[in-house]
Parts: sequence; structure tokens; C-alpha cells
Amino acid sequence: MIVQRKPLTFWERLYLPAIAGGFKVTWKHFRRTLFGGDNAAKQTSKGYYPEVPWTVADGYRGAPYLLKDQDGNTKCVSCQLCEFVCPPKAIKITPPGDSGLKADRSNAEKMPLEFEINMLRCIFCGFCQEVCPEEAIFLQKDYSLTGLTRSEMIYDKEKLLALGGTNAGIQKWKHKLEEAKVQETFPVKL
Amino acid sequence: MDWNFVIFSTLKILCVIFLALMPMVAYAVLAERKISAFIQDRVGPNRVSLPLIGGIPIIGPFLTRWGVWQPMADGLKAFLKEDFTPNYVRKAYFWLAPALTMTPAFLTIAVIPFGSNLGNQKMVIADLNVGILYTFGIVSLGVYGIVLAGYASNSKYPFLGGIRSTAQMISYEIAMGMSVIPVFLVAGDLNLSKIVERQALEGWFALPFMAQQQTLMSYLLWPCAMISFFIFLVSAFAETNRLPFDLPESETELVAGYNTEYSSIKFALFFMGEYANMIAASCMMVTLFFGGWSLPGLATPANTILAGLLHIGVFVGKMLVFMVLFIWVRWMLPRFRYDQLMDLGWRRFVPLALANILVTATVLLLLNSK
Ligand code: SF4
Ligand code: SF4
Repeated sequence: MIVQRKPLTFWERLYLPAIAGGFKVTWKHFRRTLFGGDNAAKQTSKGYYPEVPWTVADGYRGAPYLLKDQDGNTKCVSCQLCEFVCPPKAIKITPPGDSGLKADRSNAEKMPLEFEINMLRCIFCGFCQEVCPEEAIFLQKDYSLTGLTRSEMIYDKEKLLALGGTNAGIQKWKHKLEEAKVQETFPVKL
Repeated sequence: MDWNFVIFSTLKILCVIFLALMPMVAYAVLAERKISAFIQDRVGPNRVSLPLIGGIPIIGPFLTRWGVWQPMADGLKAFLKEDFTPNYVRKAYFWLAPALTMTPAFLTIAVIPFGSNLGNQKMVIADLNVGILYTFGIVSLGVYGIVLAGYASNSKYPFLGGIRSTAQMISYEIAMGMSVIPVFLVAGDLNLSKIVERQALEGWFALPFMAQQQTLMSYLLWPCAMISFFIFLVSAFAETNRLPFDLPESETELVAGYNTEYSSIKFALFFMGEYANMIAASCMMVTLFFGGWSLPGLATPANTILAGLLHIGVFVGKMLVFMVLFIWVRWMLPRFRYDQLMDLGWRRFVPLALANILVTATVLLLLNSK
């Protein structure tokens, strides 16, 4: 599409009418807020932020936390894709190693020994959520993370799981398990 | 050695800087935040409260609501924040740049006559007879702070900011310098105190009817003075890097321009430098075009303390009008594109200023030869 650009008239090129228009708009708002006692906070919510917390809309991308599945097991399989994709390198995963920790659920080979997100680095971009093959990590509604030290702001696996809660999601492994069980008998009836 | 002179000069410098300029900078920031808030339907700073004063009924909450203590909190925060120096910067210049932005703004104030007399002291720190040349010399130094910051940061956005500011400030300095020549042609003097005294008697250059005695000459020169003032005003916006000409900083394009890599008190110095520059520019405009400390009826240099204080008050009042103008314009106009800015500077203002000099000189010649 080509946008037609009309040449400006002499009047417009003087800039002055635009300045007058700008002054009209700004003065209207200035007067209304200063003398009329009206402001955006009054119109959109009951008051100002720290006293009246913000209502977070659905789909908001806040801090990323780890999720558990419907049986309360860790969904993450320590594939480290999120660690790889994270732009500011906020995620640090310690995999279980050769003879390490087995996953706490069936159909998964492993789970992370340690999973750390440095919330000071995280930019809430959502790449980890997008890349995760297990739907194990989701950006949730927390937006105001505070701490007194830097180390306090590095959330470990336990904390991330506790904050993340449960999300049954599409339960792909449960369905795979059922599929596999069904396939043991012949003829397959699914 | 004239000890009297030394003591009073030191006193004047200390008072102007620490009792007037620094608080003004701090409260200009507050004014900026409040005015921007009102223009954008917000409330602005309304929280900071001092333990004892905040508890006083009526006045305490009122002052808190107006954010009167906010500058203290801001200042404290600037001092206490971590001063982070990225390890790829050119250290010496990186440290030098904020100081270089702040000092020129303070130095320009030195020649501004901010009042007539107080007792038997002239209310100007340095009554130079080349006042305006000194000002332009010092103002040109201001660009070094920004350019050095851009260069020393060693990263792309500050660098672009630095380049922009060089071009912008150098171009507009020319227009600015030429725009004030008519004023000196009319006044016949470079000393700012003399210029103010002349305006007090024969009318402010920008408003000739504000005069002790009306003269035909000041009305005939009014159009020229208005053009001068207009060019000076626009150039002042460009020189102080304020919107619509804040291209060195332009946070929507360059993160934060030249001060991207700065933190803590070094950033605060840039920030205060900007406001100090605005104050200096406002003072210049008041002095050159709006009769400095004078008002019709208060036109002769004061010989009582009360009149002296009144003159200072008048000057500060006029200056505040310009500060509000600076602030208001920032929240009113969008940023110019870079080529538009250069076009405006070189192809409109420089020729206009030159023509203005010529016309003023002709008018003066005709008036004086009869
Ligand atoms: S949201 Fe983005 S920055 Fe934060 S952990 Fe996930 S990938 Fe990293
Ligand atoms: S959270 Fe998802 S992407 Fe990250 S390691 Fe676990 S399974 Fe892989």
C-alpha cells in the first residue's frame, strides 16, 4: 500500500497552527486535572496504586514460574531449551547427570536437579514459555517482585514450583500412556 | 587588595548558587513532574512527607499532596544509588563529562543582572563589559559535556546522541548568536546591566509599551525585536536539548541518548545540568528582551533594600514564566525529525537572522541620520 502524502500548505508549514492546537489540548487536560480534580486514576479505578492494587488482566505476562501436572509432579524434563533461548540468560539449569535424579513421574526420563531463574535479569519476554515442549514454565501474573539482596532475587526450583501451582494443560503424557496401553491389546480400539 | 569586594563577591556567588540556583533546579524538576502529570491526567508526586511537618494539620497533608518534599527524596536517591561504571568506557572522559555539562550552566549565570542594587552592592556577580560574548563563549562549552559523554560511553546509542548534539548545538549557536546582534545594535552596549537599564527607560525590546517614557524608535524596531526574540527562543530550546529539539536524548529512538550509560549522581548531574541550562536560558531571555529586573514604575536602580528585593522578585517572576514555557512545550509538541531540525536552523533561521540584522541596522541608520 502506498500512503499518499499531501504536500503541506503554507499555513501548515508555519507550524504555528499546530502549536496553537497543541496548547488547546494540553490546556484542556491541565485545567481539568488541576482545577476540576479529575484524573485517570479516578476514572479507571477506585484509587491510587499502592493502596488500591492493580487488577491484572488475563493473558498478562509477568514472572515465569514452573508448573506441576495434575498429579503434583514436576513437568519440566530438564531439556534446557528455555535456558538456551532466554535472551538475558536468566535461567540456569543443573541437569541430573548420568546416574542422577529420576523424574518423579512416569513417561519422563529426568527432571532438573536445580532450576534457577534470576528475576533481576528476566525481562518477562515469554520465550521460555513458548519454547518449552512440556508446558512446564508459564509467565504468570506477578509483576512486582521485590527483595533486599541480589541472592534473594534468584528463585530456585522449589520456590518456582511453589509459586507456579498446577496446570493440567493438554496432558500429553497421560494421553500417550493411554495410547500405549491400548496398543498392547490387539486389535487396537481407540 | 579590596577585601570588601572579595567578601561580597564570594557571598554573592554562594548565595546565588546554593540559595537560588540549586533549589530552583530541584523545584524545576518538581514543576516539570507536576505539570506533565496534570497535562497527562495524572496526579504527579504526592507521597513524600517529612515526619514532623507531615503531621501538622491542613498544611502538612497539603504540602505532601503537592510533592513539596519530593526533590529531597530525589536528591537523596541520586546520591545513594549504585554508581555503576561499565568496564568498556573511557574512564577519564566518562567522569569528566557530567561535570562539563553542569559547570557552563552555572558560569553563564555570573553575568546576568538578577536585580539592580541591594544596599550598595550591584546584583550581578560579574559586571563584565563584554557580557554577552562571555555568555556565548561559555554556552559553546556546554556541548563538550554531551559530546564527551557520547564518546566516552563507547556504545552506539550514546555515540549517536553525541553526534546529534554536536551538529545541533553548533548550528543553533550560530542562529542564536546572530539573533541577538540587533539587540546590541539598538542598545549600543554589550554589558548586560547597561542593556537592562536602557530597556527600563525606553521600553523592553519585546514589549516596547512597558516603558518609562514611550519613544517612537522602540515601536519602529518592535518587529525586528520580535523576530530576534523568536529566533532566540527557538534556539534556546535547541541549545538546552529540550523538546521539540531533544534529539541528543530522544528516548524513543536512542534509549536515553548521551546519558544511557550513566547512573546515580553522574546521571543526576546531567539531569540538573539540563535544568540549570534552562534557567540560564530563561535568564538570558528576560535580560535581553524583557527588561530584566525592571517594571514600568520600578525602572530606576533601587536605592532602598525593599526596592532592591522587589527588583530581584520581578526578575525571578519573569524567569519563572519562561521556565513554565519550557516545561509546557515539552509536553505539548512532538520531536522534530533530524533533517527538519537542521533545515530549520540553517535554511530558515540563519538567513532570517542575517536579514534581521540588516533591517535593524537600516532602521537605526535612518532614525539617527535625521
Ligand atoms: S521470560 Fe524471557 S527472560 Fe524471563 S526467564 Fe523466560 S526466556 Fe528468560
Ligand atoms: S522448563 Fe521446559 S524448556 Fe525448560 S528445561 Fe524444563 S522442559 Fe525444558
